[in-house]
Amino acid sequence: MSFQGVDYYDVDGMLEPEERAVRDMVRGWVEEEVMPIIQRHYVDKTFPSELIPQMAELGFLGANLPEKYGCAGLNNVAYGIIMQELERGDSGLRSFASVQGALVMYPIHAFGSEEQRETWLPALASGEKIGCFGLTEPDFGSNPGGMLTRAVKDGDEWVLNGAKMWITNGSMADVAVVWAKTGEIDDVGSIRGFIVETDRQGFSARDQKGKLSLLASDTSELVLQDVCVPDSNLLPGSGGLKSPLMCLTQARYGIAWGAVGAAMACFDEAVSYSKNRVQFGGKPIAATQIQQIRLAEMLTEITKAQLLVLRLGRLKDAGTMRPQQVSLAKRNNVNMACECAREARRLLGANGILVEYQAMRHMANLESVYTYEGTHDVHGLILGQDITGHPAY
Amino acid sequence: MRSIVCIKRVPDTETRVRIAADGVSLDPSGVKYVLNPYDEIALEEAIRLKEEAGEGSVTALCLGPKEAAEQLRTALAMGADDAVLLAGEPSHDGLVTAKALAAEIEGREFDLLLFGKQAVDDDNMQVPAMVAELLDLPCATVVVGLEVSGRHVTARREVEGGHETVEFDLPGVVAAQKGLNEPRYPSLKGIMSAKRKPLEEKEAAAVESSLELVSLSEPPAPEAGEIVGEGADAVPELVRKLREEAKVL
Ligand SMILES: Cc1cc2nc3c(=O)[nH]c(=O)nc-3n(C[C@H](O)[C@H](O)[C@H](O)COP(=O)(O)OP(=O)(O)OC[C@H]3O[C@@H](n4cnc5c(N)ncnc54)[C@H](O)[C@@H]3O)c2cc1C
Repeated sequence: MSFQGVDYYDVDGMLEPEERAVRDMVRGWVEEEVMPIIQRHYVDKTFPSELIPQMAELGFLGANLPEKYGCAGLNNVAYGIIMQELERGDSGLRSFASVQGALVMYPIHAFGSEEQRETWLPALASGEKIGCFGLTEPDFGSNPGGMLTRAVKDGDEWVLNGAKMWITNGSMADVAVVWAKTGEIDDVGSIRGFIVETDRQGFSARDQKGKLSLLASDTSELVLQDVCVPDSNLLPGSGGLKSPLMCLTQARYGIAWGAVGAAMACFDEAVSYSKNRVQFGGKPIAATQIQQIRLAEMLTEITKAQLLVLRLGRLKDAGTMRPQQVSLAKRNNVNMACECAREARRLLGANGILVEYQAMRHMANLESVYTYEGTHDVHGLILGQDITGHPAY
Repeated sequence: MRSIVCIKRVPDTETRVRIAADGVSLDPSGVKYVLNPYDEIALEEAIRLKEEAGEGSVTALCLGPKEAAEQLRTALAMGADDAVLLAGEPSHDGLVTAKALAAEIEGREFDLLLFGKQAVDDDNMQVPAMVAELLDLPCATVVVGLEVSGRHVTARREVEGGHETVEFDLPGVVAAQKGLNEPRYPSLKGIMSAKRKPLEEKEAAAVESSLELVSLSEPPAPEAGEIVGEGADAVPELVRKLREEAKVL
């Protein structure tokens, strides 16, 4: 039986016909193209880059950006649904799409010149070029404003120096959106974004070894040593920490949806396993109270998370969504997905530790998702500040 | 190349259908509907023929309830240019459906009329050949290969134990079988543009049926299996039973 999703509250009834059509298409694609190969990639620790041309052709990259740049021009709910279905396959696949769309194409669209948009967006939408986003540094994760990477103006050029860590798509990228300080090291307002082609002299990327999570994803360290880019590579509309944070809001929005997909995959697997696994005298474990409560908790939390992101998406489409609302959804939904994956893994017994089943792959992946794009704690602190007016980070 | 593709809204093959209380219809609750999988193949073929020719049109035509607009939108998202919904209940009587479709198609100009080889709900396999007969057109069913050069068509059909090649001149009718092509996914741009493509809705021609559906029944529950033994020693007995009792060898 192919994946049917989870829809206990007829959330489908609140979707527009095109939104449902998008969901059915992406779900079918994941079933046919991703599920048969994802286990092997996970074990081999490789990103399934053979899927990129199809993802591009179907329109998954930067899907909520305008058609005039070769994008699909979807609303934000349909965009969220794509993230949900991709992450139902694997968080690595959704991470790839999030970075390309929300962290590379979005800043070029939002802060770039018309010429930069026309140069880069069609190439990124068609998958001809792959992008990455360099904000985090070895010593600055939750506090990116402390970054040490500098960009110094030299005639018509900028010279960049610094190191970026934990960069998704880093090794396979053709282009990096790099955030650097153009002023004094304590001048957070001087942070600007730069388009850096990765074949420039002085740019190097190194695969992050030793990961136990998000294995089917390229995570790399970037080193920029006297990398020169022309002034036309500066994103003219960027300025201050606010600019990269606006990108993160876009990506976090997609993550809040994606987490629902991963949780649905785990729930679906747990339900079917519980009905088939028989212990103690001919009864399936589904007929036991403990497993039923476990499944009931999962279903309840998934349903709440689903309603949360749909409402968030409608607010985003109406133009009234606040970043703090995204923090609430990212924090809640990723945590919810972590719990579902862990409970599903436990319900599956010993089989639950195998790669043939999905639960432990999702469980391990979601630990990265819990940490990146603002940790669970930090989103709590963003909400805390919004509630009390006191920043506590 | 101008094609008309007839499509049907059918329950998803993975849906568990139940017989309604009246005993002659299906309980629609909880049933997910899809575009009949064989019709997807027919659509794909029509879209490819148009793309290869670099000109022409693909019209999707559906006899079904108003909700079948959803399946027509899928056809438009895949690449059909326009769609027509003949509003009405599809009949269990293939001839009724065929007459209603033929009445609509008769007034239209086209080169190729395509169908899936069967609808996966009632599995009648009647409509394509009946429509061809009503319109007095050549018809190739269960088609796994299609070549069009100019007005000439060569179709490869599946027949019991092998293949058969038939030829005809356009206009004609083709009913698609699995293997003819691999239907595309509708792209996101396709889905968005489908909203803006024309979908005309009209009443289906009223046709009397001479067939009465008397009852529907569930297939019998499968009987419990039998384990004849274990290991190589059990094979002769297994073969004997399969041959003499189950009569499947
Ligand atoms: C797989 C993966 C992919 C990634 N991809 C990218 C990418 O593409 N681009 C990019 O720029 N970055 C990327 N990141 C980096 C990610 O955004 C950071 O890891 C994240 O921001 C957390 O930073 P950190 O790891 O330095 O943790 P730290 O900031 O050191 O946090 C350590 C712990 O301290 C807690 N903490 C921090 N500050 C406070 C506080 N004030 N009060 C209380 N607790 C606090 C945190 O919640 C956490 O539990 C990626 C990370 C991973 C794991």
